[in-house]
Amino acid sequence: MEFILQPWPWYVAGPIIATIMFILTYFGKNFGMSSNLRTMCTIGGAGKFSNFFKFDWKSQQWNLIVLLGAVIGGFLASHFLTNDPTVDLNPKTIASLQEMGFENPGSTYVPAELYGLEAVMSLKGLLILIIGGFLVGFGSRYAGGCTSGHAISGLSNLQIPSLIAVIGFFIGGLIMTHLILPFIF
Amino acid sequence: MKSIKFLLVGIVFGTIMYKAQLVSWFRIYEMFRFESFHMYGVIGSAVGLGIIYVQLIKRFKIKSIEGQAIEIAPKEKGFARYILGGTIFGLGWALAGACPGPMYVLVGTGAFSILIVIAAAMLGTFVYGLVMKKLPH
Repeated sequence: MEFILQPWPWYVAGPIIATIMFILTYFGKNFGMSSNLRTMCTIGGAGKFSNFFKFDWKSQQWNLIVLLGAVIGGFLASHFLTNDPTVDLNPKTIASLQEMGFENPGSTYVPAELYGLEAVMSLKGLLILIIGGFLVGFGSRYAGGCTSGHAISGLSNLQIPSLIAVIGFFIGGLIMTHLILPFIF
Repeated sequence: MKSIKFLLVGIVFGTIMYKAQLVSWFRIYEMFRFESFHMYGVIGSAVGLGIIYVQLIKRFKIKSIEGQAIEIAPKEKGFARYILGGTIFGLGWALAGACPGPMYVLVGTGAFSILIVIAAAMLGTFVYGLVMKKLPH
């Protein structure tokens, strides 16, 4: 039981994620989370504005059910399978975050500086979440997939386009982490 | 009843994402600073086993649960959309610390500010749909 309550190591997580992809493929579907954003736009009536959203969203209903399961999984894991939600970070990571003004990095699962009530209530905090989300939604659709669709499914199928997309993910991530975040915080 | 299996897959996905801390902003920041092996281990082992799974499906022509041949569609050829879209996605991933699966996992944990990120991600997808014809692909 103690093992379950601890954070799970990479060699448990990675193979399970690959198995999820395999199972969804076996079910005749595919492992790709960002498509749900397009589906939700379609349900919201976005087809009136662009043909991109004109498709039978019911064909994607299964993926929305996977999402609902992900919410439940997050609830169960955080409430019943974890007694200590802190994140054990590299001391160098902690030092760099403290330099940017983060208090007690890793003492909560997500940083209060981004997701805490006080941050969300400030204009700057709100803009960070909105811009971050916007870029994720725009970029994943432009690239035709996200971490699940390209990094896991695409690379597993040895797809060059996915490798290019993953290189893009890292170019963007490195620019944000090393050049932009130190300016924001 | 058909839906139950997808719900179960989602529950396992949400659990693993939370328990391996893959939905923590801190872990993503640490990854982009190359200060932890954790995320690379997760992605690396998932892709390693994933390649084996895909090869098994192809070589043994494994049929789907409904008895049909499994076809894994190849990605469309191209460069601009993948490198540009990927870079835009990466900027957002490192800023918000969440990609399109983890966003929903975080809702379950009670970090409700993530709903703002989800709404903004839907808006981003919507705007892509409006301007896609003007973008290089």
